[in-house]
Formats: sequence, structure tokens, C-alpha cells
Amino acid sequence: MPSHTKSTARLGDRVFSNLSKGSGIALLAIMAAIAVFLAIRAVVAIRANEGNFLTTFAWDANADPPYFGIAVLLFGTVVSSVIAMVLAVPVAVGIALFISHYAPRRLAAGIGYVVDLLAAVPSIIYGLWGALYLVPQLTGLYEWLDQFFGWTGVFAYDGTPARSLMTVGILLAIMILPIITSVTREVFLQTPKANQEAALALGATRWEVVRMTVLPFGRSGVISASMLGLGRALGETMAVATVLSPSFLINASLLESGGGTFAQNIASQFKEAGSMGRDALIASGLVLFLLTLLVNGAARLIIARRKEYSGANA
Amino acid sequence: MSRPEAHTATGAPAVERVTLRPPRLPSWSVAALAVGSLALGIAIGLIGGFESRVQWGLIAAVVFVATTFWLSAAIEGRRFATDRMAAILVWACFIVAVLPLASLLWETVARGLPGVDWYFLTHSMNGVLSWQDGGGIYHAILGTVQQVLLASLIALPLGLLTAVYLVEYGRGRLAKAITFFVDVMTGIPSIVAGLFILSLWIMMLDFGYSGFAGAMALAILMMPIVVRSTEEMLKLVPNELREASLAMGVPKWRTILKVVLPTAIGGITTGVMLALARIAGETAPIILLVFGNNMINGNAFEGAQSSLPLYIYEQWGYGTEAAYDRAWAAALVLIAFVMILNLAARGIARWKAPKTGR
Amino acid sequence: MAKRIDVQGLTAYYGSHKAIEGITLQVEPRSVTAFIGPSGCGKSTFLRTLNRMHEVTPGGRVEGRVLLDEEDLYGPGVDPVSVRRTVGMVFQRPNPFPTMSIYDNVAAGLKLNGIKYRKSELDDIVEKNLRGANLWNEVKDRLNKPGSGLSGGQQQRLCIARATAVEPEVLLMDEPCSALDPISTLAIEDLIDKMKAQFTIVIVTHNMQQAARVSDRTAFFNLSAIGEPGRLIEVDGTEKIFSNPSVQATEDYISGRFG
Repeated sequence: MPSHTKSTARLGDRVFSNLSKGSGIALLAIMAAIAVFLAIRAVVAIRANEGNFLTTFAWDANADPPYFGIAVLLFGTVVSSVIAMVLAVPVAVGIALFISHYAPRRLAAGIGYVVDLLAAVPSIIYGLWGALYLVPQLTGLYEWLDQFFGWTGVFAYDGTPARSLMTVGILLAIMILPIITSVTREVFLQTPKANQEAALALGATRWEVVRMTVLPFGRSGVISASMLGLGRALGETMAVATVLSPSFLINASLLESGGGTFAQNIASQFKEAGSMGRDALIASGLVLFLLTLLVNGAARLIIARRKEYSGANA
Repeated sequence: MSRPEAHTATGAPAVERVTLRPPRLPSWSVAALAVGSLALGIAIGLIGGFESRVQWGLIAAVVFVATTFWLSAAIEGRRFATDRMAAILVWACFIVAVLPLASLLWETVARGLPGVDWYFLTHSMNGVLSWQDGGGIYHAILGTVQQVLLASLIALPLGLLTAVYLVEYGRGRLAKAITFFVDVMTGIPSIVAGLFILSLWIMMLDFGYSGFAGAMALAILMMPIVVRSTEEMLKLVPNELREASLAMGVPKWRTILKVVLPTAIGGITTGVMLALARIAGETAPIILLVFGNNMINGNAFEGAQSSLPLYIYEQWGYGTEAAYDRAWAAALVLIAFVMILNLAARGIARWKAPKTGR
Repeated sequence: MAKRIDVQGLTAYYGSHKAIEGITLQVEPRSVTAFIGPSGCGKSTFLRTLNRMHEVTPGGRVEGRVLLDEEDLYGPGVDPVSVRRTVGMVFQRPNPFPTMSIYDNVAAGLKLNGIKYRKSELDDIVEKNLRGANLWNEVKDRLNKPGSGLSGGQQQRLCIARATAVEPEVLLMDEPCSALDPISTLAIEDLIDKMKAQFTIVIVTHNMQQAARVSDRTAFFNLSAIGEPGRLIEVDGTEKIFSNPSVQATEDYISGRFG
């Protein structure tokens, strides 16, 4: 090969490989920048804060001196996400099983397709539907809960519009259902056919096949799919901002309005926020960022372990 | 080895003999039970004076589950009763989930369709007060399209090149770190991406609200999706293709550009379109960075714009009937836009599928 | 235990495609019958119709009768789950349950009975079947380790122990050695020879020496052209098939002139 073509080839290779490497590094830089810039603003806000950032039940960030804390937001975010997970995960596993092992084949393909499409519906539309359609539907259910379980305090209901953390949790559950179903179904469908046939050949019923092969095989997949859903629920903004009637109090009842979440608070307070108000919102955003990092990191660890595991018996 | 007498080759008492015709419930019995339970549920509901149809349904469901399990356990045995319970539960999950999701689509179409017409699509909200009828979403569509295109101009080159790096060049700790952080980036809440651009672009560098500021936040959300899907597609390209090209003396970068990327282009396009659909529906960063505008602003780099999701949020916030109608109509347009992108993406994936060897 | 199989005019389909047609054959109890024939001749499909595993494949259906000691497996009211309990199966690739230990793999089928076994009873059954599969000495110290950690040949013997633990009448083996090395293959062949005292065994094999070594009777399947259904050409004593078959096609196949 003539030497000049060789050198241009080398030059081309060097340029291209450095370009692609540079993109990867840029991506890392963006991640670092997100953490750094949020932290810078957060420090400004927390320094000026007269309240305790972690324990104060108020958000007067625009006052002079500013007085705010994330206790209510942390509580609301965690509680609504937990409600969403408790409702969504079992149902999602059920639908995934329905698609992978129970539904007639043609129906299953169609449903799988629709589930994937539903996962793409923008959250603002869930929010609009939640606020204008779901909220009025839920008063009946809440009255019933209050009648039988109101004595616990957690399910006490005063009859006001159902703009509560419970409603938020239900709406978030509906929102994250498609994504959890979609991921879980993929994992279930990958259950080795050989193992399922082995169970069948031993005389297993359909449920026994599922219990012996599909569920053990898919367990870590279900966990990581749930974490993915949890991450979405924690950071969801619009669906919460439209449905919740916020307040800076922690209400013992999940059915009565009040409370707030990080993302909802940022979206609702932003337009009225001054310079210090914005810094305070960014500080709360940093906490949300760390919270989702934690959840996603855990999900990745589980997936990585699963890879090692499935490699062992490939 | 001395085994007890019972475990010699001929006799093994521990295992029960199996009959090929165990007692089974006839196939019509489930339908009969369902009808019977429903009738009972309605009867109890009428007699007990329960107002809610949902309660009737719940009573019927409980009766159905209980009688099916009892009958099946009595006739077919525990194993088959459990099997039936599992099947009922799985079907129930499906039905429980279908109801709200179908209602969501139905409400959007039913309430949105009357408002969508040519006027709605071609006019802005300039001069329309919240309680008045009329107005449109032209300015919002314009904003969404510009912001999404700008976002992909930023995210696509970075995302594609990063994926190429990870699959074709990446070794060692840097590649591992990038892989990990791409995953982490996928999970960033959109409002956090918005806050980042807010603190950097608007608060620190002192630029104003603009479509471009929103596009940068959207690009952050889009990048990891593009990297992930492109990476998956590039991994599907068989190594033999690369080796064949390299063996002919084609330099690596030309092999990637001329052989690897074209082979995977169908799948990459699908991934990109799904990413576009995803960011087109984002609202939170737009609230923080684009701010919203009732007038047409064709310049994404200067001044506040609108966008479809933001428009829906604003109209919802006005709380008047006219504004609600506009919100539903805009929601229908947004859903249609996202669905068309999705369907097209999946169409491409199916159309191009054989070329990736799947 | 060990029952006679009597197949009468069996035809099997995948959707609209006819995979095998008009097969009539008898399998004697406590004997080994080998199915041989070129790829795609339907011998594996036929094997899977003998315990109703064929219908697990989407679109799979069957016409004709398979009598197990006078009882039709496809008769009305017959439960496929019970059929598979009675007619066990060992697959081409070893497929122990990856999430279960060696012990649990062997006990897996028993746990489906709905009967509660005492721990000591279960221990005995597991040991007996692992001994039966010539695997006990190799695994007795690691019964609680995952079955996927064993070698391919050991895994296949584990699968045989798993299949025999539920005490089927018939044991179907679908090319059980095709994924194994020669030494493991020999171990399985020894095992088959030993097990025929207890079970009716049907084995599909691509390896004609193996058929000649392990089987009492051999059935030769063939198809007239690609896309045509597979048919049974002849079935006879193994010695007769390999020395003096009555059909020319059988002789051509055995002597390596085609297939």
C-alpha cells in the first residue's frame, strides 16, 4: 500500500476515534456540570436560609430572610412514589405475564404494541386527564375508604376534591404501568424455552411453569423495571402539578389534599420566584437529582448482577 | 448401598399413580360461574341498595373467585384450583389496567376532537382571553417543532458518536464510566435538566428565556436515549462484516461510516424517532426555560416561545371551560403527533429488520 | 410400570403445514426403540406427540390415536398435564432449572404433586434417582450447588434423574447425546441400557451407531421431498434393520448413500 494513503488512513482514524471519544467525554462533562452547577446555586440558597433545609415545614424562599425546608417535599415525593409502586408493580407483572404466557397469541402481540405506545403518552396528558377526569371519580372510593378505614387516620377523608397524595400515587401508578410492563414482558419472554418445556414435560400446569421457570428467571428484571418506574415516579412533574392541591403541611391522611413533591413544587413556584427563590428551588432539585441517582444506580447494580448470573448458565 | 425395601426398582410407594383422566371442570363451567356471579352481584346490589355499579361488580368478582376456587379445589384438586386462580388474577390485572388507559385515550379523543379544526391549527392565542372561545396552537406547534429540531441537532451528533465510541473503540475504564453515566443520565428527571440549564444559561451567563434554552435541556434528555438505542443496534452488526471490510484494507473509520452505520441505520432511525417522541411531550424544562408566549415567535434564539405541552398546562391552569376545551384539543394534537412518530419508528424498525439479521 | 405404546394413523401439523403423516407403530414395554432418519423427517415431532408436547408449539395439532395400554392420549377428557406426568421427556440440550440446586432439580417434579413429602423421604428419592442416573458419586457433596455448574454430560444425567424421579411409565429422549462429548455419550448409553429394565424408552438419534448400540428395535423415518410430510418407512428389530432391511431406502440411508 502506498505510504501516502496509509498516512491519510491513519489521520482519518485518529480524527474519527478522537471525535467519538470526545463525545463520550463531553457526555461525562455534562453530567458533572449538572451536579456542579446545581450544587453552586444550592449552596448559595442554603447559606442564606434562616430555616433548616431538611426539617422546616415551609417554603418562603422569596421572603427576606428566606425561610424554607424540604421536609414536606421529601415526604410527599417518597409517599406518592411508594403508593405508585405498590399499586403498579403487581399489576404490571400480571399484565406482563398475560402478554407473555396467558393471552391468545394474536391478542398478545397487539396488546404488547399498545402498551409500548402508551408508554410514550406525554405526562402532561396524564396530568390533564388526572385533574379533569380521575379526581372527580375518586371521591366515591375515598368516601368508602373513610367509612371503613377512616379510624386509622391514614384513610380519613373530608369530602373535598380528591387532590391528595393518594390521587397522585394512583395517577403515577397508571403512568408508570406501561413502562414497567414493557420491560418486565421483555424479560419474561426471554425465559429459556428449554426450561419451560422441561417443566411442562414433568407435568406442570401453566401456573407451575410460570412459578418454576418464568418468575425465578425474571425476578431481577422485575426489580430493575420497578426501579426504572420508581425513578420516573420520583421525578414526575406535570402529572403531580396538575392533580395535587399543595400545602406545606404533612397531613396524616393520604386522602385529603396537602403536601407536595420536589418536581411539583419547582414547577408551581417557579414563575413567582425571585433570584433567591430560584436558588432555593435549585437546591431542592439537587436533592431530587441525588434521590434519582440513588434509585437508578441501584437498578443498574441489579441488572449488572443479573448479566453475570445469566452468563454463567448460557 | 443398602436401600430400604420400598425403594427398589419395581415399587416406589412415595409417588402416587397418575390417571390420564383426572376429574376436570367442563369448559362451560367457568362461563356459567361468571354469569351466575354477575347475577348474584346485581341481586345483592339491588337488595342491599348499593348505589355504585362498581360495588356490584366487586361483589360479583368476589363471588366468582370464591366459587371457582372452591369448586375447582373440590373437583380438580388444589393444583388445578391454584392454576385457575393464577389465570383469573392475570386476566384481572389486564382488565384493571386497561380501564384507566382506555379512558385516558377515550377522554382525550372525545373531548379534544370537537376543538381541532383548521383555524385551531393555524392561529395563535394572540389577543384571546382565557374565558373566550377561539384561538389556536400555531405558535405552540411552531415552538415545539423548533425546539425539538434544535435539541436533536445538539443531541444527535454527540449521541451517535458516543455510541460509536462505546461499541467500536471503547475499552477500559473510560468506556465503563460512560456506559454507567449514560444509564444514570437516562434517569434524570426532566425538571432537573431544566434547572441545570437555568442555572448555567440564564442565571450565570445571563441569557434570556428562549426556545434554544429549552432545546438544550431537551438535548440532555435525548442524548442518553440516542446513545442507548444506537449502541444496541451497532452491537447487532455482525463482526464478520467489520472484519471483511478491514481485511480488504479499508481503514477503520471508513469501515464504520460505510459498513457498520449503514447496516444499522434502520434501527438507529427507530431509536432516534422514539427519542424525538419522548422529548416532544416534555413540559417541565419548557416551563423553566422557554417561559411561554401567546404570540407567534419564529426566532428560537430570542425571546419566550410556547410549546404544545406547555400550552396544555397553561390552558389547564386558566380553569375556564373555553380554556379546558383548548387544552383537550391541544392534548389530542400532541398525542397524535407522538403516536405518529412512534408508529413510523416501529414501521421503520419492522421494514428494516431483516437487514440487521434479526 | 412401563407401558406399551400403540400409535394408530397419527398425523401432526404445524398450523397448515403437515409435519408427519399416517404413522402406525408399536413400542413394547421395557424396551428401547430408536427413531432414525434424515433431518426434517419429523422424528422429533413424532416423539413430541407421544407426550402431547407437540401442542405446546403454537399451531401444533394432531390427528390419530396414541394408545398407552389401551388408553388414548388424545381421547376426550384426557388431561395433557397428566399425560406428561406419565410420559417423561429428556431434551436435546441439557436444561436443568438454572435457579435451582441439584437437589431441587431432581425434586422439582415431585413438588408438583401437591403431596407433602417428609424431608427424609425426599432425600431418599433424590439419592435413588441420582444413583439411577449414575450421577450420585459425582454430586453427592454439592447437592445444594446450582445445577448449571455441572458439565454438559452431568447436566444431561441430572435431567434424566429429574425425569425419572416422577416415575413415568415411558421415557422419551430427543437426541439426548447430540450436545455431548464421546465420553459423556457413552455414560448416557450405559444408563439407557440400565434403565430399560424399568421404563419403556424411545430415543431419537442422528447417530446410527448409537441406535445400533442401545436399541432393541429401530424405526426409520423419511420424507419424499422437502416440504412433504415425514413418514415411517419401516420398523423392525435393530439387528434386522442394520443388517438386512426390507426397504431399499432404509439400506441407502444406513449405508450412507444419502441423508
